[in-house]
Order: sequence, then C-alpha cells, then structure tokens
Amino acid sequence: MQSITDRDLGTPRPKTTRTVTVEIDHRTVEVPEGSTVMHAAAANGIAVPKLCATDSLEPFGSCRLCLVEIEGRRGYPASCTTPVEAGMKVRTQSERLADLRRGVMELYISDHPLDCLTCPANGHCELQDMAGAVGLRDVRYGYEGVHHLDAETDASNPYFAFDPSKCIVCSRCVRACEETQGTFALTVDGRGFASTIAAGMNEPFMDSECVSCGACVQACPTSTLMEKSVYAHGQPDRTVTTTCAYCGVGCSFKAEVKGTQVVRMVPNKDGQANHGHSCVKGRFAYGYASHPDRITQPLVRASIDDPWKEVSWDDAIAHAASEFKRIRDRYGRNALGGITSSRCTNEEAYLVQKLVRAGFGNNNVDTCARVCHSPTGYGLKTTLGTSAGTQAFDSVEEADVVMIIGANPTDGHPVFASQMKRRLRAGARLIIVDPRVIDLVRTPHVQADHHLQLRPGTNVAVINGLAHVIVTEGLTDDAFANERCDPDEYAEWKAFVSHEKYSPRNVERMTGVRAETLRRAARLYAKGPNSAIYYGLGVTEHSQGSTMVIGMANLAMATGNIGREGVGVSPLRGQNNVQGSCDMGSFPHELSGYRHLSDGETRRLFQQDWGVEIDPEPGLRIPNMFDAALDGSFKGMYIQGEDFVQSDPNTQHIEAAMRAMECVIVQDLFLNETAKFAHVFFPGATFLEKDGTFTNAERRIQRVRKIMPPAAGMADWEVTQAFSNAMGYPMRYAHPSEIMDEIARLTPTFRGVSFETIDRLGSVQWPCNDAMPEGTPTMHVGGFVRGKGKFVVTEYVETDERSSRRFPLLLTTGRVLAQYNVGAQTRRTPNREWHDEDILEIHPHDAEQRGIADGGLVSLASRVGDTVLKARVTERIQPGVVYTTFHHPLCGTNVVTTENSDWATNCPEYKVTAVEVAPVTRLSEWQEQYRDFTRKQEDLLRERASVRT
Amino acid sequence: MTARVFVPRDSGALAMGAESVAAAIRDEAGRRGEPVDVVRTGSRGMYWLEPLVEVDAGGSRAAYGPVAASDVASLFDAGFLAGGAHALGHGPVEAIPYFANQERVTFARVGIVDPWSLDDYLDTGGFKGLANALSMGGAEIVDTVTESGLRGRGGAAFPTGIKWKTALDAPSDVKYVVANADEGDSGTFSDRMVMEGDPFMLIEGMIIAGLAIDAREGYIYLRSEYPHAHETLRRAIATAYDHAYLGDDILGSGRAFHLDVRLGAGAYICGEETALLESLEGKRGMIRPRPPLPAVSGLWGRPTILNNVITLASAPLIFEKGAAYYKDYGMGRSRGTLPFQVSGNIRRGGLVEKAFGLTLGDLLYDFGGGSRTGRPIRAVQVGGPLGAYIPESQFDTPLDYEAFSGIRAMLGHGGAVAFDDTVDMAAMARFAMDFCAEESCGKCTPCRIGSTRGVEVIDRIRADADRSGNLRLLGDLTDLMLYGSLCGLGGLIPYPVVSALKHFPEDFGAEDVKELNLPF
Repeated sequence: MQSITDRDLGTPRPKTTRTVTVEIDHRTVEVPEGSTVMHAAAANGIAVPKLCATDSLEPFGSCRLCLVEIEGRRGYPASCTTPVEAGMKVRTQSERLADLRRGVMELYISDHPLDCLTCPANGHCELQDMAGAVGLRDVRYGYEGVHHLDAETDASNPYFAFDPSKCIVCSRCVRACEETQGTFALTVDGRGFASTIAAGMNEPFMDSECVSCGACVQACPTSTLMEKSVYAHGQPDRTVTTTCAYCGVGCSFKAEVKGTQVVRMVPNKDGQANHGHSCVKGRFAYGYASHPDRITQPLVRASIDDPWKEVSWDDAIAHAASEFKRIRDRYGRNALGGITSSRCTNEEAYLVQKLVRAGFGNNNVDTCARVCHSPTGYGLKTTLGTSAGTQAFDSVEEADVVMIIGANPTDGHPVFASQMKRRLRAGARLIIVDPRVIDLVRTPHVQADHHLQLRPGTNVAVINGLAHVIVTEGLTDDAFANERCDPDEYAEWKAFVSHEKYSPRNVERMTGVRAETLRRAARLYAKGPNSAIYYGLGVTEHSQGSTMVIGMANLAMATGNIGREGVGVSPLRGQNNVQGSCDMGSFPHELSGYRHLSDGETRRLFQQDWGVEIDPEPGLRIPNMFDAALDGSFKGMYIQGEDFVQSDPNTQHIEAAMRAMECVIVQDLFLNETAKFAHVFFPGATFLEKDGTFTNAERRIQRVRKIMPPAAGMADWEVTQAFSNAMGYPMRYAHPSEIMDEIARLTPTFRGVSFETIDRLGSVQWPCNDAMPEGTPTMHVGGFVRGKGKFVVTEYVETDERSSRRFPLLLTTGRVLAQYNVGAQTRRTPNREWHDEDILEIHPHDAEQRGIADGGLVSLASRVGDTVLKARVTERIQPGVVYTTFHHPLCGTNVVTTENSDWATNCPEYKVTAVEVAPVTRLSEWQEQYRDFTRKQEDLLRERASVRT
Repeated sequence: MTARVFVPRDSGALAMGAESVAAAIRDEAGRRGEPVDVVRTGSRGMYWLEPLVEVDAGGSRAAYGPVAASDVASLFDAGFLAGGAHALGHGPVEAIPYFANQERVTFARVGIVDPWSLDDYLDTGGFKGLANALSMGGAEIVDTVTESGLRGRGGAAFPTGIKWKTALDAPSDVKYVVANADEGDSGTFSDRMVMEGDPFMLIEGMIIAGLAIDAREGYIYLRSEYPHAHETLRRAIATAYDHAYLGDDILGSGRAFHLDVRLGAGAYICGEETALLESLEGKRGMIRPRPPLPAVSGLWGRPTILNNVITLASAPLIFEKGAAYYKDYGMGRSRGTLPFQVSGNIRRGGLVEKAFGLTLGDLLYDFGGGSRTGRPIRAVQVGGPLGAYIPESQFDTPLDYEAFSGIRAMLGHGGAVAFDDTVDMAAMARFAMDFCAEESCGKCTPCRIGSTRGVEVIDRIRADADRSGNLRLLGDLTDLMLYGSLCGLGGLIPYPVVSALKHFPEDFGAEDVKELNLPF
C-alpha cells in the first residue's frame, strides 16, 4: 500500500525538460517528452485505470486495465507502455474500453476473495478502487473454477504478512525488490495461472534473502503484502512528513497516523535523499518509541548505588543545576562539560553547546563524531576547505567508477546502497577496498571489478600505492590539479607517492593487496571519466584516520575527480544527525560552521549575540574528559543522547571514569549503559515527539516534525533550555525554529536556512546563503572552498597495534543491517529476530587451528580486556583477521578495543585490535560483572520511589 | 567405383529408423564386399516415404522408401546401388510429383547435400551471397532485402527490410542478430529441416544480417527439443570459424561476426520474440512490452535483428541471385516462396515449398493426397496452435498473407494440420484454450486468468450447463483476449476458438452464433 496521500502518476517522470503537445480526451496538454500516455494523462488530472503500473517502477504492461484508444493506431494500446508522440490524440474512455476493462476486472475478481469488509486494505485497496472505477457488477465465471483462495498466509516476517490469496500477480513486489531495492529476493514461481509470488527458493520470507526494506509492501496494490501494524490498527487517517532518526542517509518518511498512533512509516516519494525508498530500520523499527522500557519521569539519586527517585521536571532540573553549581564552585568551571547528541536535532545540539560555552563558561563540549567521523572533518577541511562530503547522493547516478573504501553500504546505509546498486547495474564499475568480503563484492547483478582485500590498518599504504600507479603511469589530470591546487604542493606530493616505497610490489608486502589488483584498480579509478569515492568508518577509525581522508582527497584532486556531479569524496556518515551536530559547533575547538575559537572576529560575533565572554581556549575532548575525571579535575557531565559506555573503546577505562564523577546527567529514552552510572536522568523525547531539523551525510537539512506529545512532557531542547535557565544563563526560545534563526544569524554557511526555507524546498543542502539561496548539492564547483586545493603528503606509519605471539589475530568491527549502533532502539524492536547477539566472524583456517566450531562460544581477548561471544566460521573474513559488531552490551566488543586513536582527532582505532580467540564454555569475568551490575541497576530503577510534589 | 547412397540424418527420418537403415546398408555392403559411401543428408521433406534412401544412379538420384533395415538385403539383391527396380522404388526423386511440383528455392539443397560438408555448400552456390554482400554498404544490403519483398516467416509476416532498416538506423556501437529457432508451433518443422539439412545457409544469412547493421555478434536461440539440429549447427559453426566465414575477419574483409547457439528450456512462449530475448539474457521467459521494438532495444537493450530461421536463411539466395529473382515468386504482397508443412490426418505429410498463391485445397489434396483415414477433411488448422480452423468451404483460399487475413485466419509459419470429419471442434476449441493456459507466461491478465477460465467455460458449454450464457461469456472472453492481451499467445488464441465456434457451431450446440459477441 502506498502512502495514503500519494498521487500515483503510473510511470516515472522522464528526466527531460523538453515537452510535446498531445490531445487527451479532447484536452490539449503539454507533457515531458518520453512520458507514457498514462503519465501524461495522470499529470493532467486524467486517471486511467491501472493496477500493475506505479510511478516508482518501470512500466510493465501486464494488467491491461489501462488500454486506451489512439487515433490512427490499431487496437487498444496500453497507456503505461506507450510513449506520447507530438500531436497524438488519445481517448481514455469509451464504451469499448469500458467493456474491455470490465472484462479484465471480471477475470481478476474470479480469483479473489470477496472479503473486502474484513480486509486490512479496505479503504486503500487499488483492486477495490478499480472494480469501482470500471463498474464491475457481476462475475459470470462464478467461483467454482480453479483459484488461489486457499493459499496460506506467510506471517514469518515480524513486520508484514504475505497473503497470497489476495495476490493479483502484478509483479509490483518483484519489480520493487529488483528495481528499487536491488536484492532480487522475490520472483514469480510457476507460469500462467499457476504463477505465484515466491520469496527466495519458495520459502518463508524470513528464510529468504529478503532484507525487509518494505519496498514490496509499499508497492503492493492489495493487502497481499501488508504491514502487520495495519492489520492491528486499521487504516491511518493523516500523514506527517518527517525524517528518519537512524542513519546518515536521512530518509524522508510520511508517518501515517491516526490520532497520535503511528500506524506505519512510509518512505516519502518526494524525499530528496531517499526518493521513496527505505530500509528495515526506518520503515519498521520505530516500535522502541512506545516500548515499556521508556522512562517518562525524571529521576535523581545521590549515588549510583542508591535507588532512583522519580521527581518532577522542576525538581530534577533544580537538583541538576544545584549539583553543577556546587561542582563549579568547588572545583572550578572547567570541572563541567557537556556532550551533544548526533541523534538529536540541530537545534538541540546547538543549545547544548551553547549551554556549555555560555552557561558553564568553558568549551568542554564534544560529540560522538569524536569516535566516528572527526577525521573526515579534519581531512576534508585541510585539503578542500569544508568539513563535509562533496556530493549529493544523486551524484552517484553520474558516476562511471565507484570506489568504496571501508564502508559496508548494504548494511550501514542501505537506502543509498540501493541507489548505488542501481547505478552499478546500469554499468558503472566498482572497486572495493575492505578487509572483509562485504555484500557488494558480489550480490545479484552487481560484482566488484576489483576487491582490494587489505590487512586492517594499512589503508594509507593502499591509497599511496594507488596514487603511485596513477602518477608513475601518467594518469593524473595535471591541468586540473595545477590550476585548482597549489602547484608546488602538488609537485611535492607527486614526488612523494612516486617513491619506490609505494610501488605496487612494496604495497603488496605492506597490505596483502596483490600488486596487479592495485594497478588495475588505480587505472580504472584514474580512467573514470567520473570516479567517485565513498567511504565509512573503515577509513576514519584508525590511528591514521585523518591521513587516509587526506590521501583520498589527494587522489581525487590529482585525477580531477572533484567539483562536479558523479565524482567527489563522500563520507557515509553513521548517525542521522552526525553531520548536523558537527555543523552546530559541538567540538571543543570550534563554533558553528567549523570556525575556530581562536578567530576573534567569530568569537566577538557570538559574544555580542549571547552576551557572554567565550573562552578562546579549546576545551576537553571526550577522551580527555575521561582522563580528567580519573585525575579528579572533571566532575560533572551533561550527556544528551549518547551511550559511550557501550560505544566507546576500552569499556573498563570509561566505567572507572564514570564512577569518578560527582554528577552525571544523562538525557535519553532508556536507562542505557551510560545512564547506569548517572545521578540525574532526564527522559528524552523521540524524533516523533518534537520539531527540529536533521542534517544528513550530503549536508541536507530536513525537517523533523512532531507527531505526538513528548512521552515525558518535554522535548529535549526544552529540557536543555530549562537547565540553562536554572544554571543562570537565560534561554527564551518558544519554538525550535527560533533556534535555527539564531544559527542562521551566526553561521555564514547557514545564512539562508530557516524552517520556512526548508518547508518551501523540502530540504536544503548547506552552504545556503545569498550566493546559493537554495543550497549547494555539489561542493567545490569551479574552485575549492579553501581557495587552492591543498595536497598534503601522507606517509604511511604502521599502527602500534600489531599482532604478536600473544595476540596473533587482528579484530576489526562493523555493523549489521538490522541493528543500529549501540542497539538501544533496534534491540527494543523485532529487528532482534535477525540479529540478537554479536557474533565473531573467523576464517576456517584460524578456526581449525584453535578448535573453534561454527556457533561455538569463544573468548575474544586483547591487552585491555576480554569478552565471550559466539563464533561464525566464514570465508568472508581473511585469515588472520576476525570481525564483529558492537550492537549488544553483553557481548562487550568494546571491552576489547583499545584507547589507540587517530593522531589528529583522537578518533579511536576501533578497526584494529590485536586479539586472541579461544574456545570457552562460559562468559568472561567482565560479562559476569556486567550482568550483576545491570541487574542491580535494573533493581534500583524498579525500586524507584515517586517523590513528585 | 564406390557407390554413393544417401540416407537422411534428419530427425523425422531418424524417428522412422534411418540410423539403423544406414548401418544396415554399411553392414550389408561390407558383407557383400561392395564399396559403398553412405552420405548422410537432410530430408527431402516427403515424410511418408522416410526413411527415404537415395542412390546416385547416372546423373539422377533414384529413390527407395520407406526403407526398413530389414529391407536392405533385398535392395542389394535388386541392385539398388545402380538404381535397380524394387517394390520400394520410386524412380528419380526429382520426378516424384510431390517433389516435382514444388519450387525448391530456399530448400534447394536440403536433402541433397551433406549438411556437415562446407564443400557441398560451396559447390551449390554457398557463400556467394555473402561475397556479394561484403561488397555492399549496410544501407545497400538493407535496400536489397527490402526490394526482395521478403517478409518475416515466423508468422507475423513483417517486412524484413523495414525491420533491418530500423536496426540499422538505431544508434549503438553494439548490435546483435538473433535467429529465432524456437520452432514450437504444432505441425511445423521447416526451421528444423533447414538447420539439420542446410545449416550453412542460416549461418550465411545471419552474417549478411550482421553486415547490414554492423552487428558483430549473433545467437541462434534453439529449442532444446532439437538435439540433432544443435549438433549440426555446432559442427557447421565450428567449420565456418575454421574457414573464416565467422570470426574477427570474415574472409579477410576486416569485418567481424561471431555466432553461438543458445538452447531454450521448453517454453512455447520463448518463441515470442521479446520472451525469447529475456530467455536469451538468462531471465524468465516473459513478454516485454513494445515499444521499444527489439530492432531498437533488443538483446541486452541493444538494437537487434531478430528473425525466424527461414527469413534469415532466405537472405543468401537474395544476395546470390538478386532481389528480383526472389521477388518474381509469389503473389500480391506475399513475395517469394513459403515452405508449407502439411501434417495431421493427411496421406502425404511433409514439406512443400511453393510460391505464395496456390490454394489450401491444392496443398491438401494435390500434395497431401487427402486424409490418411480416407474420410473427408473437415477442418484444417493453419499457422500453428494459434491459427484458425478453416472449413472446407474456404479451402479455395489462396495461400497468401492478405487472403488469409481476409478470412480471419493466418498463414503463420506455414504449417497446416488436417482433421477428418470425426473431429469434435468443441474439443479442439478447448484444446486451444488449454494450450494457452499451459503455455501462458502469466504476465498479462487476459491470458493468465482468461485462458484458464476459457477452458472452464468451454467445459460448461460442452456439459450443457447454462449453454447460452456460457457461449455469450466465451464470446466476451475471446474478444477481451484478442484485444487486451499483451502478446500473440493470448491475443491469437481466439482464432482457433472463434473459428471453431463460427464454422462449426453445431459442435457447441450453438444455435445462432451471430447472437454471440464474437470478436470476428
């Protein structure tokens, strides 16, 4: 079922500005060249009956309801597959057409249950609508013939049911799985009347390759594929357009609602990042918002060994403020700090950093980008001048060569992966640089031309090797580089990468990537003509994360692959608003728009607006805060929407730091791992409960719209505001739009941004200012933001974290599709049916040596800690390397990861940890402690007493 | 001198025991110490005489048939190696009236040459057309085909020159030529006979088509039920590569053409050109909507000449002897010859190549010799399972595309299946619907559901359940299928059904067919 407010024009709108004039039902209309007759009619308000056509899919021509009459043509062409021609005269209604259409409907209904009144699609069923439209009154075939009415429902998927008795075999689901999602999990089994829709090898949906993206459910014109939530709640009655709160793709959704009950989330066809597509998380996994674990009363306690007390908002805020003032008075203003959230809105992140700088009087503010894409900010700012990706997602449609480095888009950024796969199926070439065989290496109708399966930690050697081949074989675009970049730096860089040290043979020794593969990949990238780099945390989360980002920018500049559609260097950012939280000045050294605190002019601007002095010295980064907590100089922390006890490396170190503080305030939906160490808990609001904006990985600012009141009565920005007021720094915003107005006032790249602008344009990509009033999809067109592009030499320095006799394997970490980050949300949804624990992937060779069986328990130990989880023996991972995820706290992946970090930004080296793996029979000591501690904290929560006044 | 004996390796002959006959001849010759060279050929197409053994006897070939292995000794005894008289003897093959009265233009070599022998092909004018075509530009080649008046022999009779021109004019650096060798129509076998009897002719025709549009790759989409054709094509293609008729440099011209055979998997629908292309691409055989035409966007989305085997096999002659030579045959807009295939309840079943214009009656009686049972012929289905049933009153219709359209029938691929007066035409109509239900790809609604409901409706008519209501419903259904179906399967199945109903209403218990909403 499509969104209840969608208008379906039947076939996709052609990508052209040229038009032709045709006559439809005696009306002369001008339509885009290449439109189908159906699209031309629908765009002009003339509805031609249809069932198999929908404007998100290519024309198919199977239902035969859309037949029309065209002057001068024989027969009755299908309007969905017939393109318009200038001067064409079309009739969409005649007695003859009516007979044919009734005849088609009569056949359909001869094999369809007549249970409309109890059908979940009732009210929004296209079959029902068409029966009405064509005036079907009788089914003369009777119901004695062969039929599919007894076909059994497959309810294996937790989110939707497949009821084949309702199926009209229009293939919209099959086509959506192919064209929209690119998974090819569905097919038509059998032929003729026996044709049925089958998942995988005719197995239950859950056992098939289906990734539960929901595209088929959305495409289905009947109730054959229907959300279970619609079975449960009935049809929604209104929609609210909002933005997904999961990954950095930033899918636009229409929340379909009745009252304040979300009936379902439907991807928005007009969404400029997702174009009507979704993944299992955004589409279905929103149930955490109403999960019983939600805490909806503020909580306080004196120590983490005390039971919680439920208090009123006023009391909680007063208590928190008094604690923070006490700490400030006793230990000095630098003993306080705050963390902005990449899960919250821009406006909320902005307020938290403002509270820290203006209310606490220091710059001790940081954000989770510290542990993910801080090297992106540093590297791209240094070379190109902007701390953000260079492209819009749509740019991939112009790419000839796609190079994916250290990213796993089909799991981490599934909706963009689908767009990318579409381009790859159309012929773009693919290079993958990854230690692991990710899905895109080989997936239906997509296969990487080259997979550079490097050893973890050797990225910089690989990028230098690619550059070596390109430079020494004369494949650079010297005209571009010399004109757009500093020629001396360019020459220096060329000399550097040309050195024998980075010859393919030497790089093979350093990285394990075969010299010939490296050469071929380099030539392919250089040849383009449009080559685009997409990368993820496999680039940044290394001791040389920033170096690698610079190395990729160097390569793009040297080959002229920057500053237009189809090229660029694009980070695939993890969290829904990690770009935004960085833009908002969440780092300890920068004000909004990435302006350094040392810039007096910028500081003066803020001081004038905020009416306070701003400390010109950068504050503490997250790891510095932990260190300072342990040395006794950092005592109070306000953490909005982050769970670093689970997400940050070396868990035991962080736990010790948490225990060392006197007042930890956590603002979150759930009592997460970090909140177990908190003294004050401010219940958070989900994205469904507030207004604001998120900024996705392509710098696109989109609206988040309130659908229901905050469960705890206050949106997160309101809590921060109240806390600030209680701390003595006044904030008086009546609505988040006023916060955005202030951001725009103080930030040159946001000057043109307002809720009004976003509402008008649907979304806007910063920079948005007088020069680019409607935003900037592609950066660095015609010149780099910093002036001349800067080449920086990128010497490869081996990480200190290397395998040893004691820890002979390298652990690298990643994500799975069904779970999101620390899993606080997705673990509280049926997504756990796909992934309910973290699994360690190990190569058969390493497994055999250690006597490890598939599915067996193994200990995973590094020099900082050890944990126990289940093993999966697989050739996806290379010998000598093991892999896991960190979605489940008990699995304790980050007990093992170390405090090693990027030299420039302190981004942790999650991707390389020397470990040993061994079969065991019981959980680790840390896990036992964790269990005890969690049980105790849950008891303390359960025992909470209400002292509300 | 070594005597030459010709025994067909054609599937039809093999089915009748040609292999054991050939073995018996070799054995018998060995036993008798008589040097015999057994040459394996295609079939002459006189299937009632198969296995038809021919002997080179002083400039003509003497025919003996049908020969069983047990007859061989007596043939030797009768001196058949020198054309001696025998009860199975028919005299010179060319003098058998069935054969003598044909115009063997496209089938000039079939049954005569050794299909595996390139020399035989070259000795009989082979590859002369290619040599001529190599000296022409693409547009000139297309013009020649247009001038010849050749139309698609697969059934739709679309002008071949226009199809080639469309593919020529479609801009693309990669184009393809595909031969539709998925000969699935009941009662047809001319494609198979060419592939088994004269494979180089098809190869040459495909190379010429490639030259016409600068396609450098071609495929023969062959039904898997033709293993002997597969074997022969495989050998002929290998030979053609060995002698530079195929490959990167055709006869030193610098032009390239590569050819390969792909096997179908038994679906009738894959004979429909767009389903064929889907299947060739490795997908499920489903109909693609048109436009775009395959000539514009065919195999892997590239401009593609997709023609029937006979169409492509007609090209070498046109380029050897000129467009005018070919065009001289035929009548009206149906130019050249058509290899008609006669089968069913018929005395002399086989292949009859004639210029368009003889009547259906001529074919049935003069060639076919009437029914095998000796009873009157009541109906003939022409054009395969989707063709109309034609009653005796229309046997005087000339075999011509337009004349057949005029009586709401179709020539199709030239197959004619005869039925005598014991036939139940309501059962035949049911068979047609059931065939459609069996072979429907399942894409479009009228065919997918309609054919199944059609069987049920006819069953009710035959069981006299609400006969008049169901007859009306059948009329409406055939109208919907004819005008609403996506392709020719659902769109043509009304032809046999409606023709049966219209010409033989008594078999349906229908009183007044004019009352019914029949589409024609």
